[in-house]
Amino acid sequence: MTDSSQADSIVGRGNREGAELFRQWFESLQGAIERGAPSAYVFVMGSMAEILRVFDLPMVFPEITSLQTAVRRVAHEYLNEAEDYGYSPDICGYVKADVALQLRGGRHPMGNVPKPALAVLTNACNTYIKWAEIWERFYHIPVFTLDVPGTRAAGTQTWPGDPDFENDRRYVQAQIMELITLCERVTGIRFDIDRLREVQAQANSMSRGWKRVLELNQSHPSVFNAVTDGTIYLGVANGFRGAAAGSQFFDHLVEEMEYKAAHGIGTLIEEKHRLIFVGVPCYPIFRRFNEMFAEWGGTFVSSTYLWFASGGTNLGFQFDLNRPLESLAEGVLISVRDAMDSMFYQDRAIAGMIDSFHADGVVYHPIKSCRTVSTGLADNRRALMAERDIPSLFIESDMMDRRVVSEAQLKNRIDAFFESLASRQQQGAIH
Amino acid sequence: MTVPLFDRWRGKPLDDIFYECRELLEDATYPTVGRWREDGGKVVGHFQVYFPEEIVHAAGMLPLKICGAPIEAVQADSRFGSYLCSILKTSLELALSHRVELDLFVTHPICDAARNLAAVWGRNFEYPCQILYLPQNANSAHAITYLRGEYARLQRNVEAIAGRPITTEALCQSIEVYNRNRALLRELYIIKREQPWLVSADEAYVLMALGGLLRREEHNDLLEEVLPLIQARPHKRQDKIRVVFEGGFCEQPPLDLIRAIARSCYLVDDDLMIGLRWILEDISTNGDPLFNLAEAYLEKSSYSPVQHDLRKPKEQMLLQRIRSARADAAIITAAKMCEPGLEEQVAYLQTLDKEGIPYFVGEFEEKMTSFDQMELQLETFVENLLFS
Repeated sequence: MTDSSQADSIVGRGNREGAELFRQWFESLQGAIERGAPSAYVFVMGSMAEILRVFDLPMVFPEITSLQTAVRRVAHEYLNEAEDYGYSPDICGYVKADVALQLRGGRHPMGNVPKPALAVLTNACNTYIKWAEIWERFYHIPVFTLDVPGTRAAGTQTWPGDPDFENDRRYVQAQIMELITLCERVTGIRFDIDRLREVQAQANSMSRGWKRVLELNQSHPSVFNAVTDGTIYLGVANGFRGAAAGSQFFDHLVEEMEYKAAHGIGTLIEEKHRLIFVGVPCYPIFRRFNEMFAEWGGTFVSSTYLWFASGGTNLGFQFDLNRPLESLAEGVLISVRDAMDSMFYQDRAIAGMIDSFHADGVVYHPIKSCRTVSTGLADNRRALMAERDIPSLFIESDMMDRRVVSEAQLKNRIDAFFESLASRQQQGAIH
Repeated sequence: MTVPLFDRWRGKPLDDIFYECRELLEDATYPTVGRWREDGGKVVGHFQVYFPEEIVHAAGMLPLKICGAPIEAVQADSRFGSYLCSILKTSLELALSHRVELDLFVTHPICDAARNLAAVWGRNFEYPCQILYLPQNANSAHAITYLRGEYARLQRNVEAIAGRPITTEALCQSIEVYNRNRALLRELYIIKREQPWLVSADEAYVLMALGGLLRREEHNDLLEEVLPLIQARPHKRQDKIRVVFEGGFCEQPPLDLIRAIARSCYLVDDDLMIGLRWILEDISTNGDPLFNLAEAYLEKSSYSPVQHDLRKPKEQMLLQRIRSARADAAIITAAKMCEPGLEEQVAYLQTLDKEGIPYFVGEFEEKMTSFDQMELQLETFVENLLFS
């Protein structure tokens, strides 16, 4: 294979394969409807795919189906329908899009979404709990809240062996056993611990890959855009966690990113400004949002979104297959806790990210829909600015609701940010 | 620590006592907390909804319910985004403006916004700020054991700040003080329910809410003095409808709003400051007090939109509240931008529709000052019920 043909086959493969896997995932949901197979509704922060795959439960990620309505520019129809039904304009847009999806019998722009046979959620986002209560009322299904205690105060994480960690771990493990019992009841399938080991092995492989991919973006130029490309990879990391196709995807992705890093292939022709994205993407104008940065030579090299929305997979936690259940409890506790830390206590992590990714600026994007992520961002920024001399941009919009997305206003702020970045770089060059 | 924090009510007639209580509750400078600190006392601020105050009380510190205030968030506004409830901002403002000085701040994962508070608070103050992870899987068989461990962790933190150990005896004594307090509050609510003409909604609210500011021994003294005086009032029953108020579990409506409701309705039950009344029965002082506290939180407790418990579907709990209070109607509210409250409203209204129970829907904010429109709408609602 020539260098050129090798480049053609490798570069961009992640996006192509990711899109294909995503289509397959939606098709599998249609298949589940046709087979009458029970499906589980789950969330990205602690999907418990390791357990659900043991029971062959197809997984629906309502956050992903909701955001897809925004990317496909039909979210407003869904939001209006849910608001007509009674839900307030001031609650999470994902929830409302899903309510409308349920009212429409699962009809979605990408295909049909099956009804849930059970819902599994963690407490990583409180809205998960309120959201699942809606399905409980709609369908009278079992709802399982896996409660994962988070970090109590900044910098006080505990680890295995610490009595406080062990108290949390025992609680998580006891709940996992209760979840297994529930899955057995819903599916009629007996739990198979060897199958769990197989799934965990795939999850281990994926976690290693995800961590490596994120690290590889420290390259100059950066090898993927942490907002646009990263969201595609994130979809696979969630939808295919614990599946062979998912771990193979990440093996390929690592290969692609290593190739790009070795050959200096970046996402932009000329990378002028390396940025960190903090928050949730602006899905109603997903491509355009990124273009407003790319036009100035700005690219997102890292994002807290890729941490918390992967449920903490960024840590690369490796399950110990010799003690699968204990290790699963530890892994869920440590990873989901990290996802929560990435939302609440991220100022220290961002300071580290600025160094390791050689970032020139930080873009904060709080959104109306999500208090979990957005509540503390202004204070986070204030704390980071006090600690580090780095330009930052604070722009508010939404992940779903185009009524609160003002493209012109966003562009004004973004342009002003880049002008100040350019001026700062010029002054830096003079000194 | 025996310094009286609030004794201006002593020896006064009932109406004057209510006046003094109102003055204290509406004083956003928190004079009782200041008095406590001047005497060398330490203060643990805890955000809504429920907190096991007994642990702090047993360490000789003052537990202070942080539940916002009708003040402008001058400094706190810059710490938060735009789309947020008021209570979060004004609670932080109380601390940033030094209206309250704390030695420890504790928040809970009650909602997406509140769980951010420990981090935000921690970046702004030198004293420890933390989340108490009350269990969110109330139906796990392991939840009580877990919570007992979490309370033990909190106890260690509190002991470190207090500079002294909390003995089992001290904790049991504190539980008894709080048991007495909860019993007195239950008595107050029985009067509200059975003889609502004897105590108006705003009077009852003031009496109850002061519990969040005072040492419970003092609150108990106040209630023990006042409840018989209320019972002895010569007030006559009026032709008012009996309503239940729902939506005051976290951010509190302004006192004037409660007063406006009281002008046209008897408020026979509510979820205002539900954390003070979360535990429904006495907590045992036999055995392990931390375990007993944990068990009570999960097994002997009320309900709110911020606790998911399969045994307590909220709309069914609301129906139970309405029926046991023999209410004619419900006032269903939510604080502005309160996601759990707003989400719950849909199920509440659908259930009330199904059951044919009339309701009035509203939204409030702690610092709203104009109630004319709402009062007019409420009066119309009441008239429709009275003359239908």
